[in-house]
Amino acid sequence: MSNHHLKNRSLVFGGLVIVISTIFISRLAHIQLVNSDWSNYAARLTEERETLDPMRGQFLDRNGKLLVANIASYDILFTPRKSKNLDTFKLANLLELELTELVKRLDKAAAYSRYVPSVIEKQLSAIEFARISKQLMEYPEIKYKTQSIRSNLAGVAGHLIGEYREVDRDDLQNNTLYHLGDYKGKSGLEAKYERHLRGEPGARFHIVDVRNNVRNTLNELDTMPNPGKDITLTIDVALQEYAEKLLNGKRGSVVAIEPETGEVLALVSSPFYDANSLTGKRRGLVYDSLRKHNWKPLYNRALRGTYRPGSIFKMVQGLVALDEGVISTKTIINCDRSIIGCHGPHSADDFTQAITHSCNPYFHEVMRRVVQRGRDENPLVDVSMGLEVWNKRIKEFGFGTKLGGHIPGTRAGAIPNSPYYDNIYGKNHWGFRTIFSIAIGEGELLTTPLQIANLAAIIANRGYFIEPHPIRDIGGRGKPLGLDSLHEMSVDVKYFESVIDAMQNVIEDVHGTASRAKVEGITICGKTGTVQNGELEDHSVFMAFAPRENPQIALSVYVEHAGAGGAWAAPIAGLLIEKYLTGSVKYTARENRIIEFQP
Amino acid sequence: MRRRESSIRRNIDWITISLVLVLMFFGWINILSATSNIELLDWLDWSGKGGKQLMWMTICFVLGFFIINIESEFFIRTSVIQYILTLLLLIAVLVIGKKIGGARSWFDLGGFSLQPSEFAKPTTALILAWYLSRDATKWLSIKVRLVSLLLIGLPAGLILLQPDAGTVLVFAGFIFVLYREGLSGNVLIIGFTVLLLSIATILIGVTSFHYPYFGVGSGIGLFWIIWLIGGALVIYLFKELSMPRRRKKVAILSIISLFAGLIISVGLHTGMEKVLKPHQKERIHVLFGIDVNNPDADYNIRHAKAAIGSGGLMGKGWMHGPMTAYSFVPEQETDFIFCTIGEEWGFLGSAFVIFLFTFLILRVLIIAERQRSKFTRIYAYGVASILFMHLLVNVGMVLGLAPVIGIPLPFFSYGGSSLIGFTFLITVLIRLDGERLSVLR
Repeated sequence: MSNHHLKNRSLVFGGLVIVISTIFISRLAHIQLVNSDWSNYAARLTEERETLDPMRGQFLDRNGKLLVANIASYDILFTPRKSKNLDTFKLANLLELELTELVKRLDKAAAYSRYVPSVIEKQLSAIEFARISKQLMEYPEIKYKTQSIRSNLAGVAGHLIGEYREVDRDDLQNNTLYHLGDYKGKSGLEAKYERHLRGEPGARFHIVDVRNNVRNTLNELDTMPNPGKDITLTIDVALQEYAEKLLNGKRGSVVAIEPETGEVLALVSSPFYDANSLTGKRRGLVYDSLRKHNWKPLYNRALRGTYRPGSIFKMVQGLVALDEGVISTKTIINCDRSIIGCHGPHSADDFTQAITHSCNPYFHEVMRRVVQRGRDENPLVDVSMGLEVWNKRIKEFGFGTKLGGHIPGTRAGAIPNSPYYDNIYGKNHWGFRTIFSIAIGEGELLTTPLQIANLAAIIANRGYFIEPHPIRDIGGRGKPLGLDSLHEMSVDVKYFESVIDAMQNVIEDVHGTASRAKVEGITICGKTGTVQNGELEDHSVFMAFAPRENPQIALSVYVEHAGAGGAWAAPIAGLLIEKYLTGSVKYTARENRIIEFQP
Repeated sequence: MRRRESSIRRNIDWITISLVLVLMFFGWINILSATSNIELLDWLDWSGKGGKQLMWMTICFVLGFFIINIESEFFIRTSVIQYILTLLLLIAVLVIGKKIGGARSWFDLGGFSLQPSEFAKPTTALILAWYLSRDATKWLSIKVRLVSLLLIGLPAGLILLQPDAGTVLVFAGFIFVLYREGLSGNVLIIGFTVLLLSIATILIGVTSFHYPYFGVGSGIGLFWIIWLIGGALVIYLFKELSMPRRRKKVAILSIISLFAGLIISVGLHTGMEKVLKPHQKERIHVLFGIDVNNPDADYNIRHAKAAIGSGGLMGKGWMHGPMTAYSFVPEQETDFIFCTIGEEWGFLGSAFVIFLFTFLILRVLIIAERQRSKFTRIYAYGVASILFMHLLVNVGMVLGLAPVIGIPLPFFSYGGSSLIGFTFLITVLIRLDGERLSVLR
């Protein structure tokens, strides 16, 4: 071939160069302009997002007194890369850890990352940290970071408020809001109102190098955290504290409600625990010992304890019977102790006396009249139909329902109905004689202390209640929706006064069962209950409201295995009413007797 | 004589010189960015890589000035000596060289190191020009082909022993020189076909197929079977369709290509499986987007692409690329310098650099074709081929289009040897071109 022909080959080569360059430029355009994957990937590599934790909303009591606040705790971090000749023995001493435990944590940190600091000890209190910080900061591999934790200023209402602590694996899987090491409300109101308390975290963006060291800060994308909302509770700290003091060393509960509003003034389950003992580095130990304790201190008896209501239930029976028209307040029924046992010296009571004396045969007959109405020729079918009517009316009082929807962890208890007995005995195979024990609040009935306190509120209100709730205000916007709706009883208002007369007698009558609840100058209306426990000592139960004319407080008191209702629960109720209405307690002897009592 | 010199100076190709100067200066700016950061920038710090590169650039200016003032006859006459010297250096480096990154490619000269393979490129271009431009040389003879291959293969083989696969690839680029001087275009076509076949072999090699009676194996076996049966069918059709007197020739050629293809495919597959080290195999697999078990296998290329991709249209600005500043990209002042351009100068900057290189190579081709001297033309083709291969392999690598093979970007990458080598390469050409009007050959 001649050079002239070969000259054209420069075009082939030149063309190839242009083709390759075009491919390169197209590829550049694709990576840089069209496809954002690579620039996103670069951002993931170089930008680190630092979350700025928002200030968590605080809890205040009904009078605006700070109840739960945020305080700083200190997490100790270890960076394996910076570690040289670490004296683990000395460090273990400083952190008050077992040497083997410390070594285990250091190894774990090293296995996770050599460059990223890992937490080796959590939640040192400010005092603990101040004591060791000077020595600690001499270690180049040790850093610290503050973590906001909760401080319950009075140490009360631990059950209700619940725990705020580090998220676990489930939280991370179920909720993208949370990241490893974040804290959240894990139980109680802390969990229920997490959304309001949490606030909006802010973010600050850093540029990191290939070893994940922060090298620079971007400013334009930063957002400031938005603090969480403060929550005002309906709890009265003074009352709550006093109730805890009285119940200390006993098993039981106190639920106090402001009748007119349904606001919960005190909610105590005993044994209780200092809410602050579940924060800090010893949480695990404390929680474990609480969990294993025989008396189940973690169990909220006030909401979840289900007891047979006993004599207290007679008032509900009476109100329903009066409204059904099967008795009147003047109805006298023989105290026929051959059908069912009774107590006290009485023989033929009218309605008010029957409640005052807690007459069993009286209410046995009342119940029979309510359910056996001759609706059907077959007496068994008649009872079955009657029980359905009875069940509906009882449930009006909040029994057998999850009362207190805004308090986390409530239980419904049980009010039996016809299908329930059909299930046990077979349809039409049971009659009044089978179920009569529910007439006097025994048998298959189960109610919670909260429901009994609510009953006291219903009677105090003469026929209505508002769902008991613990929240007064969220972030200045008032109560959550639905907390002001009235639940009115179909029982006529006029019948309540007879019951209230009886309740006043319970305290003031010479034969009344609860004279120990009497407080000079305050008209207290109450009713004792004694829940039988087979061979074990009875539970002492009392419900009351005061003052009669203008009820400010309605409450239920349970003391497990303590004996008769009048013996222990009644005086506790009296002290609480006195404390709440007068602000102080004059009956110091009564107070001392209660405090010293260890059933 | 004086008139001749001034005519040469008038004929100096200032376009090429300007292109090279722009590339060098832009490269230096990027090396500064890749090796320091804005807070610590010290323009006059001669111990840093930016300062050292500036020193090498100064040396190159002086060297270039000298070369442009040397008679081209000197390069023609000394090409053999230069070539032999280079070979000796390449042998010496295998014995007394310093091993860096697994390759024995450097002489340690105290404060700096010297890489003889960078000088082997221009001297091979010179010897090839010298050999092929002799009056007696007739291209078509087998002897000329073999000698040319030997001249290219000797330094390439020595470099392969270091081992430095990237530079060896550059020597493969001399095929363009031979092509321009008359090597059949079929060689390029065959080369392209072999490339396609190799890609197919690698892609199919990692598939699996269930063979009846034999169990699961690589899909490549099936590919070979289909290749043979399908090939036989195609040959039969071809034979039937072609004119009777050419049938025999067609049949023989087809059968040869069929088996040659099979041998190449089998050889490559076996080579991939048995000879290559796992990390080399991974690099090739990464290139083809084949999943590799080792998550770090594509670390370099992933970070390189991320750096380039994050540049967008305008780039993050000089000294403001975090991927560059905070060491996310490996070897970022040498082989991966293009990432810094991509991240900090964006699409505009990096496309501009590719454009500059394209312009430079095309300019060298234009220079080549305007020569009366065969020597200069062949040498110019050598220069174009070397520049082209560097662009192809280096930019192809950082863009994820070619396997990760360490090779500098001409005039850009940090390193004295490479800078001096390329300065020598280009200034010799400029001097030869300057004499184009006074040469009669």
